[in-house]
Order: sequence, then C-alpha cells, then structure tokens
Amino acid sequence: MTNNELIEPGDEILPGDPPRIVRYPPAVRINHWITATAMVLLILSGVAMFWPPLFFLTAIFGGGQWARFLHPWIGVILVVSFAILASRFWRGNLWLRADLDWSAHIGDLVSGHEERMPEIGKFNAGQKFVFWVMMLLILAMLASGLVIWQEYFGGMTSIPVQREALLVHWIGASLIILVLILHVYAGIWVRGSFDAMVRGWVSPGWAWRHHRLWFRRLAGRSESPGDAPV
Amino acid sequence: MALPDSPRTAVSNPPTQTFIENLGPGDVIKRSATERLPKPQRELTPVAKLIDVSKCIGCKACQSACIEWNDTHPAVGENVGVYTNPHDLSSEMFTLMRFEEWDNPDTGNLEWLIRKDGCMHCAEPGCLEACPSPGAIVQYSNGIVDFDHDNCIGCGYCIKGCPFDIPRVSKTDHKAYKCTLCSDRVAVGQGPACAKACPTKAITFGTKEDMKALASERITDLKSRGYENAGLYDPEGVGGTHVMYVLHHADKPHIYSDLVDKPKVSPVVHAWKGATRTAGLAAVGLAAVAALAHGLFARADKVTAEDDARAREVLDKGEPGNRA
Ligand code: HEM
Ligand code: SF4
Repeated sequence: MTNNELIEPGDEILPGDPPRIVRYPPAVRINHWITATAMVLLILSGVAMFWPPLFFLTAIFGGGQWARFLHPWIGVILVVSFAILASRFWRGNLWLRADLDWSAHIGDLVSGHEERMPEIGKFNAGQKFVFWVMMLLILAMLASGLVIWQEYFGGMTSIPVQREALLVHWIGASLIILVLILHVYAGIWVRGSFDAMVRGWVSPGWAWRHHRLWFRRLAGRSESPGDAPV
Repeated sequence: MALPDSPRTAVSNPPTQTFIENLGPGDVIKRSATERLPKPQRELTPVAKLIDVSKCIGCKACQSACIEWNDTHPAVGENVGVYTNPHDLSSEMFTLMRFEEWDNPDTGNLEWLIRKDGCMHCAEPGCLEACPSPGAIVQYSNGIVDFDHDNCIGCGYCIKGCPFDIPRVSKTDHKAYKCTLCSDRVAVGQGPACAKACPTKAITFGTKEDMKALASERITDLKSRGYENAGLYDPEGVGGTHVMYVLHHADKPHIYSDLVDKPKVSPVVHAWKGATRTAGLAAVGLAAVAALAHGLFARADKVTAEDDARAREVLDKGEPGNRA
C-alpha cells in the first residue's frame, strides 16, 4: 500500500441506501471543530488588537483587557488541539510524486473539469498544502506569540526581539487568514465537503469524484486503478 | 492669567486665582489607535522639564516626591551594593536615579554620573504609535504624553514601541504605567512634584522655550569650567522631547547609564504598524473578494449522476465494508 491509498482509522463503508462512506469519525470531527473555533476566536481577538477599526470586536470577549488576557490562552488550546489533529492527519498528508501530477492539473479543477484530474487518495495536493502550511504557520504563531506574551514572558527576551516577534505574529496572522479563506472556500465550493466534517460521511459519488483511490481501496477494489476516467 | 495655560514654573505655590482645569479632551493632539481626531480647541504652550545632571546630588528627593504624589508603593528592595534603588523602573516607580561610575579617559578622573530616568515625553512617541487600544495613550498640545488607564488593556505594546524602555505593566492591575509629567498637577497650574522637591534645582520646569534658554546658560557655564562637550539632550530622532537633560558629556549620552545616543522609534515598529499592516489587510481583503466572486460566478464542483452511477458499480462489484 502506498500512502496514496492510505485509509485512516475509522474510515469505512456503512451499507444502506445510499451507502455512507465514513470519512471522519466523531472524535476527529470534535477535534477539528475545537481547532476551528479556537482559530476563529484567535483571529477575532487578534485582529481587534491589531487594527483599530475592529477594536470593537474585543466586546465579544468582555472588553480589551479580557481579549488581551484570553487570546494567548486560546492560542495554547489551538496549538494542543491542532497537534492532536496533526497526529492523525500527518501520514495521509505526506507529499507524493502523484501530488505533483495533480497540482499540474489544478487548472482543470478550477475550470470545472475535475474528471480530467489524476485519481488521488484521501487527501489531494491542495489539502496537503493547507495542512503543512497551517502547521508551519501555527508553529510560527506559537513561537512569536510566546515572545510577546507580556504577562509571563515579557522579561525573557530583549525589546528588539519582541518588536520582531510582533511583526512576525502579524505577518503569520495574515498568511493564516489567507490559507483559511482558501480552506473554507474549497470546503464550500466542492459541494458535500462540509458534510464530511459535519456529519462524518460522504456519498459514494462524492468519494468517487474527489478521492477515487481512497474510495476504491475502501471498496476493496484497489486493484483496478487503470479504470478510464469518465 | 487670562487663558488657562500650562504653568511656567514648579517652584511657585498653588495659584490663588481661579485656574480652569485644562488637559481635557479639547487639548488632545494625538490619541492612540485613533486616526480621525477632532481638532483641538486651542493650543497650549509647550512645556518641558529640564534635568541638569551636573547639579544633581543624588538625594532622591524627586523619587520620594513622585511616590508621594502618585501614591505608589514600590516594594522594599534588597541592597546589592549600588545606589540605584529600586533596581529598575516599575509600575510603582515612575522615575529612577541611575548611578554610574565612569572613568574619564581624558582626565583619569572617576566621575559619578547620576541620571534621573523616566519618560521623556517624546514629540513623536513610539508608545502611542504601538498602542492598539483607542485612547489608552494621549498626547496633549503642551507636549505631555499620558496613559489613560481606563482604556489600557495591558498588552505591553507601549514597552515595545518606546525607544527608551520606559513603560512597565503592573502585575496587579495589568495596566501600563510611567511618568505622567504630573499632568494632574500641570492641569491645575502646578509644576511636577519632582521638580518642586528638588533641593538644588537640578530639575526645573517651565515652557520648553524657557527651559532651552536656561539650558544654554548652564551649558555656557559648564563649558567655561572645562566641560567642553556640555550640551542639551533634546533628541531630534523622536521629534524632540519634553523632558530634556543638560549633560556635561553630551557627545556620549550612553555613559549616563545607557541613555540612548540617537533614539528613534524602531523601523520594525513602523513596518509593523505601517506597510506590512496595509499589505496584510489588503491581501486578506482581495482574497475574500476573489473567493466571493468565484463563488458567485463559477460553477460549483458538484457530484454528478454519472459519478454516483460509477461509484455504485464499484460498490456492487466489491465488498462494502471489507477493508481487505
Ligand atoms: C494561530 C492563530 C493565531 C492568530 C491568527 C493570532 C493573531 C494575533 C494577532 C492578529 C495579534 C495582534 C498582533 C498585533 O497587534 O500586531 C495577536 C496578538 C497576540 N498573540 Fe496571537 N495569534 C494566534 C496564535 C497565538 C498563539 C499560539 C499565541 C501564544 C501562545 C499567541 C499570543 C499572542 C499574544 C501574547 C499577543 C499580544 C496580545 C496579548 O497579549 O493578548 N497568539 N495574535
Ligand atoms: S519615552 Fe517612551 S513612554 Fe515616554 S513618550 Fe517616549 S515613547 Fe512614550
């Protein structure tokens, strides 16, 4: 088995009409949504402290003092939650030669010809990109965030270093928001993706269209990767 | 006094005539995290505190007066064999006599340099530029830079913005503190407490113009007595300051307990609050618009009947649920 055909624990096909292809079991979904909630709260509280026209968002957290106090702690929750998520997802997101091939056809995807794309496993190159870039950015946010955490670490680094950390924290935040727009938009544009993360399963047609190798392998048909695309 | 303006001196007793309180919202010329500020109602005369290090005897009366007036409670410290006490500025100690022993290589003399450290009240304050909370830091038209603790969120950005390492965040109420130039005294016609307490008039207070004139007299005097590098410290890099020093060695401010030679707000701070902020916000805005446009005008990626049929074929031929 190559990574391209990786099946994650809990992935299975539940018989019925239609058959339900389980993609994310409940624990993974809870883990994902905790991560997502933390991320949204971090962006709201962070951006409120960064851009004065949005300062009013601190009211969500009970005012400026509360936003300042809660933000780094939510950051800690995010890092822990993402680490758990990553411990499951890293294997399926390893970069393969096939991903290059898929990436080369990205134009077909965007122009609505996904049927011309090479078959792929549980995660496509776009998803892998989001995964690894997110991981790097979250690590950068953690490192720079600790440096600027006045309450506990204010005295541990020099002020010039703290200034640089503030700059890194902002650049990282804007990149994270960009990646997030890509991530959320892809989830909306590829209809049915949200279902995978909300109710946990997808339809056979969805699995066939978007993650065919994964689907074949699940259906015990990994021996026929040569099937001509439609 | 026809118009209420800032006091001209710290030595006089409280004015007996009615003095309408100033330093209100109408006197604010800069406000943190606020772009469009209403035009100030009037312009107060710029004031300054002049600290003549050559006249300082290190008695710390200014520190005591500062504690007294601001009702702060610095903890009793530990003597580690230096006169500087407490060891650093804190949220309870807004001004600090820093003592330095300096070997003058030209004369072979050991010089005892004493500098009263504290907020410089910069014309271009880095603390105010860095502050994310609207109205937590204000600058009045007389030059005083003041922290408004009702609006302070305790993030510590002012510390990162300040080129002089002055503000301190309290561990108790999580708000930033520094010298206020006794704005609450100045507002009612009184000079700062430290200047009033100073027994040698090493600290004086008045209009910035008067203080510069006084400084130049002092510098002439110092030069006539062999301090040829005597000069005024009113650094241009931060637009000048409303706390100035007369230094007998003005060519090397750093010998006075690391007084910054050429202070300016760090370019990193400018980049953070300026170009990268604009670039980041613009990129995010553009991406959001692009996603929205694609969502509205491009066909969604939907599963077709064909996909469903092909999938069913695979399932029918295979063994559903069997992971083999
Ligand atoms: C990964 C998502 C995160 C995002 C999107 C984010 C975003 C932001 C933003 C935009 C700011 C304002 C920065 C500025 O004014 O330039 C900020 C401030 C801050 N961030 Fe984050 N951040 C994240 C994670 C973290 C983490 C993991 C930590 C630390 C453990 C952290 C600690 C801080 C601290 C200490 C501040 C200063 C304000 C405060 O004390 O609350 N952040 N963040
Ligand atoms: S010395 Fe520091 S705290 Fe004082 S006005 Fe200048 S930047 Fe602000």
